[in-house]
Amino acid sequence: MTVPAQIDRTGPLDRARALAAFKLGDRTFYWLTRISALAVLCILGGIILSLIVGAWPAIQQFGFDFLVTRRWAPQLSPSPVLGALGPIYGTIVTSLLAMLIAVPVGMGIAIFLTEFCPPAIRRPVGVAIELLAGIPSIIYGMWGFFVLAPFMTDHFMPAVIATFQHVPLLNVIFAGPPSYLSLFNASLVLAIMILPFITAISRDVFQTVPPMLKESAYGLGCTTWEVVKNVVIPFTRAGVIGGIMLALGRALGETMAVTFIIGNSFQITGSIFSPGTTISAAIASEFAEASGVHMSALILLGLLLFVLTFIVLAAARLMLARLQDKQGK
Amino acid sequence: MSALYAARARKDKVIRILCFGAAAFGLTWLGLILFTLFSKGLAGLSPDVFTQMTPPPGSKTGGLANAIMGSVMMTVIGVGIGTPIGLLAGTYLAEYGRHEKLSFYVRFINDILLSAPSIVIGLFIYGAVVVPMGGFSGFAGSLALAVIVIPVVVRTTEDMLLLVPNQLREAASALGLPRSLVIRRIAYKAARTGIITGILLATARVAGETAPLLFTALSNQFWNANLMKTMANLPVTINNFVQSPYEYWRQLAWTGALLITLAVLALNIVARLLGAERKQK
Repeated sequence: MTVPAQIDRTGPLDRARALAAFKLGDRTFYWLTRISALAVLCILGGIILSLIVGAWPAIQQFGFDFLVTRRWAPQLSPSPVLGALGPIYGTIVTSLLAMLIAVPVGMGIAIFLTEFCPPAIRRPVGVAIELLAGIPSIIYGMWGFFVLAPFMTDHFMPAVIATFQHVPLLNVIFAGPPSYLSLFNASLVLAIMILPFITAISRDVFQTVPPMLKESAYGLGCTTWEVVKNVVIPFTRAGVIGGIMLALGRALGETMAVTFIIGNSFQITGSIFSPGTTISAAIASEFAEASGVHMSALILLGLLLFVLTFIVLAAARLMLARLQDKQGK
Repeated sequence: MSALYAARARKDKVIRILCFGAAAFGLTWLGLILFTLFSKGLAGLSPDVFTQMTPPPGSKTGGLANAIMGSVMMTVIGVGIGTPIGLLAGTYLAEYGRHEKLSFYVRFINDILLSAPSIVIGLFIYGAVVVPMGGFSGFAGSLALAVIVIPVVVRTTEDMLLLVPNQLREAASALGLPRSLVIRRIAYKAARTGIITGILLATARVAGETAPLLFTALSNQFWNANLMKTMANLPVTINNFVQSPYEYWRQLAWTGALLITLAVLALNIVARLLGAERKQK
């Protein structure tokens, strides 16, 4: 803002001063932007550094055993036994179960929206899905706690338990008694939460298919499903997998949707109808009353979660970048 | 031959029905959530919600006034801190370092931060701000939100600046405008609505964030405008009230949830309308 004023004041002949002012302004702005860009890298460095510092006492005390210990006994004195196997197990089980439900349904909706849907309702449904993707996760969590968990536990679980009572293996996975606080209920809420997200991404990815390709296939006499199977999905494979992994990254780190209904139990029972915990739920529920090495172990859990999601998200981004290269962007 | 055709047509029909079923199934769940949220939330909506403080255990009166104010304050400050940094970083990526190695790394890391678990960001601010400062504070909460805002703004700023045609920049440069002014006067102006849309979406994203505030701002029951102390806020208040045995608290939790959802939806819709306006031009 000040630069033009300066030109007026000094007159058109004073080129040198005006140019110097421009140069200073240019250089300042350049460095401001560059420093801000570096700040983004610093945030990542800061996250890793602060988590390692916070987790250091626990790393020193438990070392590698932390990853393979099932027991979680912070109240033991003088030295508590803390192991991450329970939360890691819970995180992986709930995320995979949620993906198992949400991916087929979400992709189905995306295919419906891009290929089968009458144009009149395509936009409203698409917008509704995108708006739902923005609803904060705590809303899903409390709905699961008050509405979904009681319903599933009273009506769905007993039937499943009775059905698979005598089938080997399945009677372990679906073992009773039904519990309001369970891995299954948490997974279901998680699935409903990531559903709009998966739908929105898959739809965006499907829309990158050039219409010419699809029309050629239709011209050869393909049915809509054959076009989807043979043209749309192969063309967008990298993007779809990238999108799914992005959703997986979300599910792994989600806190508020699962904390209320997972039960915060560190036991590994093998049954998805029993209470469990995830890394993020364990941190959220125990952080307030933790101190000393217990606190440090929770931060170490956070570090594990960050490393886990970092790997998944990095893979997802590489996949999505490959799709973009294909488009020649 | 016709048997083959019939089989293919049948298969197509089955898939069509399955996809329609998936859409109906998904939208039913989501509709159920919104229905419950509105019916339970509206039941507790009264002027008291906006004028009374959060109630102590067992009390049958009280509202969410302090939590609403705390949420608004922390969101505004968080967005206020995060936006300039994100804007400048996005400018670097799109204008100065478009093809540099540094931009490649920044872009990649930014994309990861964009979907990093928010609970980890809470732990980061706990270790980096709360522990050194000696206590939970609204300021720490705002910083945690700012860390979530930055990647969103970086991303949209870069995308929007890349949409600005290069001829505009060249024309300005040809008139003798220095680079920084080309960006500030020409490129920003052309990309303005897009960038504002991004900031609104970032605001919507942090307005309902709960996990990072659990370890940074905590919560309390009082009217407090001091950023250096614990600060009541809607998400953490909801979190505490949901898990309580008091019926009145649970009712307030639903009402608070409805308020957050309405705010988030309103921000999203405004952002969308702005975006649509841009496309029409």
